[in-house]
Parts: sequence; C-alpha cells; structure tokens
Amino acid sequence: MAQPYAKKDDDHDDELEYSPFMGIEKGAVLQEARVFNDAQVDPRRCSQVITKLLYLLNQGESFTKVEATEVFFSVTKLFQSKDTGLRRMVYLIIKELSPSSDEVIIVTSSLMKDMNSKIDMYRANAIRVLCRIIDGTLLTQIERYLKQAIVDKNPVVSSAALVSGLHLLKTNPEIVKRWSNEVQEGIQSRSALVQFHALALLHQIRQNDRLAVSKLVGSLTRGSVRSPLAQCLLIRYTSQVIRDMSNHGQSGERPFYEFLESCLRHKAEMVILEAARAITELDGVTSRELTPAITVLQLFLSSPRPVLRFAAVRTLNKVAMTHPMAVTNCNIDMESLISDQNRSIATLAITTLLKTGNESSVERLMKQITNFMSDIADEFKIVVVEAIRSLCVKFPLKYRSLMTFLSNILREEGGFEYKRAIVDSIVTIIRDIPDAKESGLLHLCEFIEDCEFTYLSTQILHFLGIEGPNTSDPSKYIRYIYNRVHLENATVRAAAVSTLAKFGFMVESLKPRITILLKRCIYDSDDEVRDRATLFLSVLGGDGTVDTDKDSTEFLFGSLEVPLVNMETSLKNYDPSEEAFDINSVPREVKSQPLAEKKAQGKKPTGLGAPPAAPASGFDGYERLLSSIPEFAAFGKLFKSSSPVELTEAETEYAVNVVKHIFDNHVVFQYNCTNTIPEQLLERVNVIVDASEAEEFSELTSKALNSLPYDSPGQAFVAFEKPAGVPAVGKFSNTLTFVVKEVDPSTGEAEDDGVEDEYQLEDLEVVAADYMVKVSVSNFRNAWESMNEEDEHVDEYGLGQRESLGEAIKAVIDLLGMQPCEGTETVPSNARSHTCLLSGVYIGNVKVLVRAQFGMDSSKEIAMKLAVRAEDVSVAEAIHEIVANG
Amino acid sequence: MELPPKVKNILLLDSEGKRIAAKYYSGDWPTNTAKEAFEKAVFSKTQKTNARTEVEVTALENNIIVYKFVQDLHFFVTGGEEENELILASVLQGLFDAVNLLLRGNADKREALDNLDLIFLCFDEIIDGGIVLETDANVIAEKAGINSIDPNAPLSEQTISQALATAREHLTRSLMK
Repeated sequence: MAQPYAKKDDDHDDELEYSPFMGIEKGAVLQEARVFNDAQVDPRRCSQVITKLLYLLNQGESFTKVEATEVFFSVTKLFQSKDTGLRRMVYLIIKELSPSSDEVIIVTSSLMKDMNSKIDMYRANAIRVLCRIIDGTLLTQIERYLKQAIVDKNPVVSSAALVSGLHLLKTNPEIVKRWSNEVQEGIQSRSALVQFHALALLHQIRQNDRLAVSKLVGSLTRGSVRSPLAQCLLIRYTSQVIRDMSNHGQSGERPFYEFLESCLRHKAEMVILEAARAITELDGVTSRELTPAITVLQLFLSSPRPVLRFAAVRTLNKVAMTHPMAVTNCNIDMESLISDQNRSIATLAITTLLKTGNESSVERLMKQITNFMSDIADEFKIVVVEAIRSLCVKFPLKYRSLMTFLSNILREEGGFEYKRAIVDSIVTIIRDIPDAKESGLLHLCEFIEDCEFTYLSTQILHFLGIEGPNTSDPSKYIRYIYNRVHLENATVRAAAVSTLAKFGFMVESLKPRITILLKRCIYDSDDEVRDRATLFLSVLGGDGTVDTDKDSTEFLFGSLEVPLVNMETSLKNYDPSEEAFDINSVPREVKSQPLAEKKAQGKKPTGLGAPPAAPASGFDGYERLLSSIPEFAAFGKLFKSSSPVELTEAETEYAVNVVKHIFDNHVVFQYNCTNTIPEQLLERVNVIVDASEAEEFSELTSKALNSLPYDSPGQAFVAFEKPAGVPAVGKFSNTLTFVVKEVDPSTGEAEDDGVEDEYQLEDLEVVAADYMVKVSVSNFRNAWESMNEEDEHVDEYGLGQRESLGEAIKAVIDLLGMQPCEGTETVPSNARSHTCLLSGVYIGNVKVLVRAQFGMDSSKEIAMKLAVRAEDVSVAEAIHEIVANG
Repeated sequence: MELPPKVKNILLLDSEGKRIAAKYYSGDWPTNTAKEAFEKAVFSKTQKTNARTEVEVTALENNIIVYKFVQDLHFFVTGGEEENELILASVLQGLFDAVNLLLRGNADKREALDNLDLIFLCFDEIIDGGIVLETDANVIAEKAGINSIDPNAPLSEQTISQALATAREHLTRSLMK
C-alpha cells in the first residue's frame, strides 16, 4: 500500500513541473494566437497554440463572440500551410468554434479544395468539417461531391460522407434523400464500417416508408451483412418491422424470428447480445421463443468479462419481471454472481433472484444477501430492500425471515434514504400481512430507541398510534413511546405525546395510566409538547358522552383532508378579529405546477427571457383577486379555477387568455389581456360575450379594463349566473372591444382622440371537467372501500381506435378533470390492459372515485370498463353521462 | 424511430477525477457545471473498482457507463440505458488501445497532457456527433498519429530549423525525465 502513496506524491510534483497547461490563461493564449497571422507560418508553434485553445474550450472556458470570430479568422489563414498535422488541428478547431453562417463563407472554398484533394485524410476530414458548419444553400452546391464521396473507393472518405449525411438528414432531409442510390451502393461495400454507416443512413432516409423498410430488412436478413455493428443495426430494424407487422394485424408465425434466432449463433458477442435482447423484448413473446435467448444469456453469466456478465444479468432482470419462470434455469449461475467484484452486477443478480425465487429458496437467499449487504453502497442496498418488500408481498408466508432480515439491517449503519426504505418496507408488510403486525411494530419500537432521524421517529410514532392500540397487548408499546418523552428532541416528544393520547383514548384499561404519563408532560420545556399534553388530557378527561367521543375520534384519528400548503396560506390570510377559522374554507385543489416546472427545467436553459409572472395566478391568487372585486364578493366560495385557455394565436396584436372561475351559482370569466403593440394604448377594454349557445347561463355583470398600455397585462371580467349546483355546460363566443389611441414612441404620450375598434377572439367552452376538482387520496383502496359498494355504477365503453393505451387514458383523464392516483396514469410499454385510478371532488363537494380498466385488442380498438363510486348516486350517474357524451 | 447506437460522451479523467479531456455528444448536460457534476459522480462511483485488466461497467442516472483505467488515466464511455453495452465497450477498448499506441505504451497523465493534441484527434476519429466512426485501435491511432513528431516522417516536410527544434525538444524531454 505504501507504493501508491509515494507515486501519488511524485505525480503531484510532476504536475507542477511538467504540465504544459500550468497556469494557462485565456487572454494570453488569445494573444499567442496572433502567430497564425505571421507571413511565414510555423506549423509546430501554431499546432501548439491550437492545442491550447482546444484545451481551454475543453475545460469549459468559453470565448466571447468577438474572441471566437477573431480566432476563427486567423485560423483560416493556416490553410496556406501544407503541413498535414497542422491542417488536422485546423479542422478540429473550426468544428469547435462552430462559426456563424456568414463566417463559414470564408473557409468554404478552402474546405472544398481539400474535399477534392488527392490526400484521403484531407478529403475525409474536409467533408466532416464542412457538413458540420454548412447551411442548406451551400449544401446544394457541394451535393455533387458528397455523392461522389459516398462511393469513393477509400472507406474513410466514404464513411465520412455517410456519417455527415446522417447528421444533415436532421436539417436538410430533402437533399440527403436524393442520395439513396449511392447509399445503397455503400451497403454492398467490403468495408465493415462503410456498410454500417450506409445501412444506418439508408434506414433513416426510408424510416417513414414501412414497406421500404420491410423490404430492406427482408433482403439483408438473407445474409450479406458482414460488420457486427451493421448486424446489430439490422437486428434493431428487424424488431421494429416485427412490431409494425403485429400491430397491423398480421398474425400466425412470427416473421423474421428465425433471423433473430440465427443471430444468436453469430461469432460477435455484441450481435448475440443484441439478438437475445430483441427476442426478450418481442411483444407477447412465448416461452418457446425465449428459450434459445435465455440459453445464450446464461452462458454470458459465467463469462470472465464483466461487461458480458452485466449485459446478461441486466437483460435477465427485465425478463424476470414478465416471465420469471423462464429465468429460473439461470438461478444457480446468478447466485454465484452475488459475490461478483462488480457491485452493479451483484445487485442486479440479487434483485433478479428475488423476482424469480420460489418460496423454498427464500431463506437460503436471505442468508447470502446478509453477507453481501455489509459491503455495498446505500444506493444498491435500497434497490435490494425494495425487491425484498415486493418478495414479501408475493410470499406472505415467508414474512418471518424477511422481517428478521429487514430488522437486522435496520440496526446496522446507514444513511437516511436507506433507513427510510427499510422503514417503509416494514410498514408495507405490516399493512398487507396482518400476522406480521406485532413483530413488525416491535422492530420499529426497537429502532426508535436508537434512531438519529427525527423524521423517521415521528413517522413511526404516528404509525404506532394508529396500529398499536389494536394489537393484543397494547401496553407493551407504552414503554417505548414514553421513553421518547425523556430522551428525544421537542419534535419527537410532541409526536410521542400524541401517540400516547391515542392509546389512552382507544384502550379503556390504559386510560388511567396514560393520564398519569401525560400529566408529567405538562412540565415539559417545549411549548408544543406542553400544549399537546394539556389538550389531550382534557380530551381524555371528558366523560365519554357519545358526542364528544365522535369529535375526539375525528380529532385524533381523522386525517387532514386539505393540502398543507393551502392550509398554510389560508391560515396566514386569516384575520383573527373576524369569525372563527373555518377549515372548510380551505381550498382543496392540488397544485400540480411544481412537477411540470421541474420537467421543463431539466433540459432547457433557464433565465433567458423568462416571461414575467402573471399578477395573480394559482388558486389562492385568484381567490384573493375575485374577493377583492365587490361585484363578485357575494358569489360565495370559489370552487375551482381552470388553467388559462388561450383565445388568440401566438404573436397576434393582442394576446388574450381566459380563466374560468366556477362558483356554486355563478361562473366568472377572467380575460387576461396583453397589448403587444408599442405604438398603441387601449382604453375601455371590454369583452362582449354571446351566450346563445349556453342556454342555462345568463349574463349578470361585466367589469371592463380602463386602460391597457403596451406590454403590461390587465384583466377584464364577465360574470354569469347559472342554476345552483348544476354542472351546466355551454359554448360562448367572445369579442374584444376597445378604444385605440396612438402613442408617440419618442415621448410615450398618447394622443387625445381614440378610435373604437373590436377584435374577434376564439370561442370558449365550459365543460363538465370544469366542475371537478383534482384531489388526491393517499390510499386509494381504503378510500374506495370506505364508499358504499351499492352505489357503485359500472358501465362499459368502446373508445375506438387509438395510437396507444396511454393516449386513451390521457383522454379520459382530461375529459373528467380528475386526479390520477398512485401513478396509475402511466402505462408500462407493451401493456395490453391497464387500470387507472382517479379521484376528485365534484361540484357540491361530493367526493368521487373512479376505477377505469382499459383493454386493447390487436387492431388497437380500446374498450373501457368504468366503475364510479361517489358520495351521491346522482353524481356517479353524472360522471357516466360525461363519458358517454365525450 | 430506432437509431444507430449512440455514444453520449467520452471522458478522460485523472486519478483525482479532474478532466483531462472530455467530449459530449448529447444535450443531457447543457452546462459545464452539469458536465463537471456528472464527471464527479462517475468518478466517485468507479474509483474504488479495479478496472485495469478488463473493461468494467456500471449504471448511473439512466446511463450505462463502461470504463477502464491505466496508471492515473481513467477512460469512460457513456451511452443511454437501452444501449448495447458491448458496443460501448468496443468503443472504449478502441479508444483505450489507440491512446496507448499513440503514447507508445507509457500512457499516464503527464504523457497524455504532453500529447493532448493526439488525444483530441483520437476522440475525433472514434466518434462523430455521437455516431461510432471507427473502433479499430490501429486505424484510429494511425489516423490521429499523423501529427505526432514522428522521426520517420518525411524530412522534406520539415525545414531544417524545425528539425532542429524537434531534436532539441526531444533532448530536453529526455533530460527532464
């Protein structure tokens, strides 16, 4: 061990002395780049400077536009030099600088000269550089040379042209498509890579023409492909063709399966793997088809090369999800992988075994995993814990050994995420397997005796409070809980007090003892703990009349049905001088915004020209805005606000979108208007609404916008009356009316006289989904079962032909405007059937739950079975009506 | 929409995880900060493993990463999670062997920095915009090696003074070693 240390020090010294880039600085290098302009070019020196520039760019340094342009221009001078090495560096730096189209002109002629040079290296590279920086018009000029290059006898030149074609296809498809004859010739090339590149390009050119792709695959599978890479490509294309054909109702013997199977005997391992994977991913693959693929993967499992073992076990892991039986043959090989040096392989092996294992092997497996767990990182451990949880659900009888395993690892060292995964697993097992409850709770109790994570302690205490009182001997948990009051921080103490109270309330015999314990807590140093103790003491002290009992149960065990964020804002807005705070006034709308934002942030650069936030958006903002307008203040409580609907095309003179606010008796349209013309000022902006196609609505009042200057959005409102509690629907046509005044751009002052004008907006509809608020439930099954089964309404619908199940599900969700629960809105790929769970609150505060089962047949016809449970039967019927009319 | 095999990036890091050379072909890491964070994650996940004899492999953030180390040089090739890891491995092996050939068997960080131009050219010859261009180490090294100060290169292309400069540099280098 001593040697590596010494070596490290050496390296360090070396670095200080020798690194050619020590203390390199952009300004200095740019200065140095002036040598490019010298009359007598020194190729060595210039190459070094270019390397330095590339080094800077590679380290993440960026050049300003001016700097890049300057470097680019001086680099172009280096084309004078005949030095091949230098030319090579020039090509590289031009690609890195990615010059703008007006700069490209400077080098085109030099590059075109190189493209026709006698030196192959020049030709190949000039093509790649030119194609990287060129635009459509220039491309037509050099097209002729590129076609020639594709059929060039030098494979390097040919590949360069083909790969460039692949890139250009994205920007100039119509030009590249004209090259298919030459590309076709490339497929016959003797060079492996030319064949590969030609096949890739030819397929890309024809990818939208199913018949052509099918023909291409058909002719090539007869065996003229030599390169392993091209063979891999061919396998990918073949599986695509197979998928397309089965989607178009061709049944019977699976076409091309024989080809895939023959690839399992190819001499290149990458081809074997590609074919095996393609077979395992076939739609509705049979076990007879799977067997040969599994056999080759099994051989890979004992390969000395880690990459092969990883690839095989990764594929088998996926197969195990759908065809666990097919993988069991490999179990012995897989078990030996548990001790694999490469931890990624070992983890995959274990999780696969957990999926394929049968009941009798569980115990042996757990023993092996125990040894393995101590030396892997947390992230791998979490994967294993999750696999064990699902195993336990699969084999409830084995809960004992699995629970023991979980409790053992719970006692060992580990980070928060890992511990949380274990606790979650134990909680799931307790919920699903009644027999496991008592031992599971005791494990959790032991864990909180020595738990460093406040969050986990409070979660477990809460869970204990719910499950503990119903066990055979609730008193044995009290000691663990009361210990928390002595030993932990205030947050945990407060949670412990609540839990104690729950025991006291539920278990009559414990009440006196709990009361004593709680009395000790009223001298706690923390306010919250004291408050809770006092509160619960008075609840427990009540003389058990029926009424208080019910209230107390509700108070102790009821869940808060409103989202906490909304609760917080409502409480902040609450003015203590007025009447008591009403929890029913807290909006229940779940904001789904943050998720969408997170997704958007992922890829796009942020910051640049982000649109200014609307003055009032989000449910709270709307509610505040509307209640501040006297005309609408009397409408009562806002039920729902829709997301903005655009009423104008993008980039029109006036941009208008509308938000629909639903009240019990009323509907208010909020028109958000933006004036995009700097030379205009709009005044008296109003929206004239024609409700002739919305019979149940009658216009009540409208509120015009007095002035709408350039680029500062304003709102106009129109309110309608509608029958109370009824989900009335209708279509409204809108016209924007206003007075235009010219604005002098230099002074910003408006002229006195204006002209009246109007602007037609798009129509607006109030639909059934507007009367549904998205409300999620944490446990759908519990919620579903708590509703009266007899009020359930079930019906079946045909949804016609759809692209995919996911699309049909999205359409139904959008139609109903309900909240998908437990992630059931996502459909696993290749699924032929799926169940989606939805929940929401319908106007009149009626809770609605929907269980929708979807199935798709071979012709993509989709059928749906819709079961609705609602607190009110008429609402369940209404939901069916919405679907029937949608 | 099946596409040809795609390489998302090639990384060459030193024994402390610092970037010697890197080339990204995918928009998954739009900023230099994102790139550095990825490199750090890759490095810390793999640094304790022994990838000196065989190409090793791991999965990270929905990517498959194959890697191999020599001396204080850490080579990585990244592809998407659906990618055939054997194709990625052949790219890595090609890169690894080509760099070894170009650095004449003493591949280490110092040598790599001294010949960074060759490393860049090597990257350029292996992958073009994410598409595999060549995986045969000999071919790659031959194509990238044109620039090396090869004593066998035709002297006619060098002026006398350049030849002298080359000789001088060779001398100083050998003295400093």
